[in-house]
Amino acid sequence: MPEYKWPPMNKRKIMGQRLSRLDGPVKSAGRAKYPSDLNPQGLLQAAMLTAPYAHAKIKSIDTAAAKALPGVTAIRLFDKVAPGFEVQWAGQELALVSATSEEVARDAIRAIKIDWEILPHVVKDENLAKVGTRAKAAGEKVTGDPDKAYGEADVKLDSEYGIPVITHCCLEPHGQVIAWKGGDQIDYWPSTQAVSTVAGQLASLIGVPAGNINVTCDYMGGGFGSKFPPDPWGAESARLSKESGGRPVKFFLDRATELTIAGIRPSHFAKIKIGAKKDGTITSWMSDSWSSGGAGGGPATPIPYVFANIPNARINHASVSLNSGPQRAWRAPNHPQASFLTCSALTDLAAKLSMDPLALFMKNANLTLREATYTDQLKKAAELIDWKNKYHAPGEGKGSIRRGVGIGVATWGGGGHASKCKVILHPDGTVEVELGSQDLGTGNRTCISMVAAESLGLPMSAIKVKIGKNSYPASGPSGGSTTIGGVSTSTRKASLNALEKLFEKVAPALGTTADQLEAVDSRIQVKGNPNKAMSWKQAAQKMGPSPIEEMGENVPAQAAREGLNTLGAAGVQMAEVEVDTETGIVKMRKMVAVQDCGLVVNPKTAESQVFGACIMSICSALYEERVIDQVTGRVLNPDMEFYKLAGLPDIGEIVVHMDIQEVHDKRGVIGLGEPCAIGGTAAIANAVFNALGVRVPMVPVTADRVLNALGNKRYA
Amino acid sequence: MSSNNDSEKDKQAQSGFSRRSWLGGVGTGAVGVGVLAPEADAQAAPKVMSGEVEISLDINGKKRSVKVEPRTTLLDALRNRMDMTGAKRVCDRGTCGACTVSVNGKIVYGCTMLAVDAVGKNIQTIEGLAPEGQLHPVSAAFVNNDAQQCGYCTPGFVMAAKGFLDKHPNPTYEQVEKGLAGNICRCGTYVGVRKAVLEAAKNYKGGSNA
Repeated sequence: MPEYKWPPMNKRKIMGQRLSRLDGPVKSAGRAKYPSDLNPQGLLQAAMLTAPYAHAKIKSIDTAAAKALPGVTAIRLFDKVAPGFEVQWAGQELALVSATSEEVARDAIRAIKIDWEILPHVVKDENLAKVGTRAKAAGEKVTGDPDKAYGEADVKLDSEYGIPVITHCCLEPHGQVIAWKGGDQIDYWPSTQAVSTVAGQLASLIGVPAGNINVTCDYMGGGFGSKFPPDPWGAESARLSKESGGRPVKFFLDRATELTIAGIRPSHFAKIKIGAKKDGTITSWMSDSWSSGGAGGGPATPIPYVFANIPNARINHASVSLNSGPQRAWRAPNHPQASFLTCSALTDLAAKLSMDPLALFMKNANLTLREATYTDQLKKAAELIDWKNKYHAPGEGKGSIRRGVGIGVATWGGGGHASKCKVILHPDGTVEVELGSQDLGTGNRTCISMVAAESLGLPMSAIKVKIGKNSYPASGPSGGSTTIGGVSTSTRKASLNALEKLFEKVAPALGTTADQLEAVDSRIQVKGNPNKAMSWKQAAQKMGPSPIEEMGENVPAQAAREGLNTLGAAGVQMAEVEVDTETGIVKMRKMVAVQDCGLVVNPKTAESQVFGACIMSICSALYEERVIDQVTGRVLNPDMEFYKLAGLPDIGEIVVHMDIQEVHDKRGVIGLGEPCAIGGTAAIANAVFNALGVRVPMVPVTADRVLNALGNKRYA
Repeated sequence: MSSNNDSEKDKQAQSGFSRRSWLGGVGTGAVGVGVLAPEADAQAAPKVMSGEVEISLDINGKKRSVKVEPRTTLLDALRNRMDMTGAKRVCDRGTCGACTVSVNGKIVYGCTMLAVDAVGKNIQTIEGLAPEGQLHPVSAAFVNNDAQQCGYCTPGFVMAAKGFLDKHPNPTYEQVEKGLAGNICRCGTYVGVRKAVLEAAKNYKGGSNA
């Protein structure tokens, strides 16, 4: 068996280089075909009717007029939609119509008549006292004696914070093109994060064998955790195709529906008490939190976050169910909220202690699982943002424009998912690498190519990476930052397994044995001896007419032992903001992110992910909030005008420091997507506190919240 | 087409630009005009015109016939009826810029213009920037600076950047930020976009390839 371990850092020729993404040219030329871009022969377009009420019962439903419209090919009601059915949130799926054009499909939707009995709803959760029976206690966790420790504390913090629901707002909406052809063969082009698993889920929804479903997703326009399942509209689109004689049906959510039902990040609110000694040592934590992610309630979040080993703690959580669109995983599920709640409270505690929060975070680094790493990262981030000169006592400063700095911290797992890879060495010297994986824009395709090229001693141009189809060997869904660890490991193993077979074929011609050979610079040579060598092409000719096909696999349970990928990523982010105390407007000046993620395959695309995560944090700290109306039960901003995301002028300077050093590199490959998307919101909120000397208890820190906080009003 | 129509389109083209200033706390007037006017047109249109009509559009220097309904936007005509899918449908309300195309040399959101209003005008889409397999200097700068992740906003950004550079061949950093403020990216590629546009300014003489 080959030695799979990664080549030492200083011996790598391709991994670790700053390389442009392979699919960059086709994307930036506008020629990459996303699922929503596909227009196969005979295509029908679909439109969806959704519930106009947050909680209501269907009295009657009439689709006759819609069916009669010229151009309509089929109408499907969603599961259970019939007289007597109760919808639980506005936007819930009711009917899907296919037609010869999108315009006609929309006309048909408008022609469906439904009579409703409207029922009472609850859609807002910031005030726990107002949600009544919708709140369910979700358990208590006690460590040590929190009441005694808090009672005896020198300094006590008693405060409250909130972070609202935000949406995924994928630019390519959820949806698919699908054709249910004769013989129950299905061609399926979903915008998905789960090329290898989505067919199995669809199969169980529509009752055809999973093996009959051919999934293709070459590119996809953003998922952020919300694009794993086939979704009810995927199944109904398939049935529309079947009922329309097998013609392909395209259905993608419109923007309003995308922002209403295609995924949200749960809210989180908490009342937090912290006790500490005069020197800043934290002795106790008590929190009462609540959250909602729609009808299914809201998850607890891991607080106290990162500083988890506080000796005395009591943690209570209530799950609130609301009549609103359901939650889906959102980049680092529950961690950004936990980081915001914890780091806000720690920063406010520092103020009570008249202590620099950086000193408080450092002082208590022993409460984290990786004291040395966080201490180093806090120091590095402080250096990059010039904390020494920028930090001042909260609110200290003159004039109407105030500046401040703040800290947020992060932790994540990021171990590799199950992944299989097939490497094919062809007798003509060409190489193909196949995985049922997907590139969400992370650079996955490029990283796979880099690992294969490094392992085979070939240039990137010699490798053809084939992903995006479920006919390739199964690779896990891209969630939880598990992809890079999984695919890099399976690709490494498959490449070396294939190479070993090639060595066996060429060893006799080089007068040696397979175990004495290596692949370097497009040559197969006796280890360390370029004079006893043959070119890759010559070597390939020795394999005979059949290609060499070898598999490689990442088995998560074995990964830690093998060391190609592990888990545990730490990060620290700091922000500097400028707040106009007259208008309440917050502007980003600078943000720094210090991030470790083990061995970094491609620093260029890795940095891009961290830049992106910082910008997402700016969005969530300053702009993003799903606004929902208790009177009508509807989302008021399901668009991109009033559901605000940062634009180019809103982000300030961003500095990313990938913590690339041997001590981290030796840990193997670790996922990056989530950990960098956690600490930024807290950092920005804390920077605002430092600027103003007044806590704005809820993000996004909008102008009205700033002015209310300055007016010393509690505002949620 | 009358010059009045052209000035109306100018307002629409500026609405995304204005939005960012408005987020920063300035006025809102132009936004309302730009976004609402086409919707009002679409609602009124069936009284005088209905069903599909065949029109001829001048796209990337070629005349192309296409059947559209009066309510069909230029964007939907391109994507659904002509298989030109570089321009993306994202917000569909003139906010995000993913559908950016050039009409008579001006940057326009394809979702805010009706296809029938584009008759007789020179339309350029991302597909017309460079032959297949080649890269326009602006696209190349996006690749070099990794100014894209999922890439769904990228064609719109490239078109907006090209239109911006046509008017500002030697932009400052601040001009780039303001000039590209009418496009939104969810993955957060703005750091790369800023660098890409500045790099493209060096390699692309604005207007020469318009």
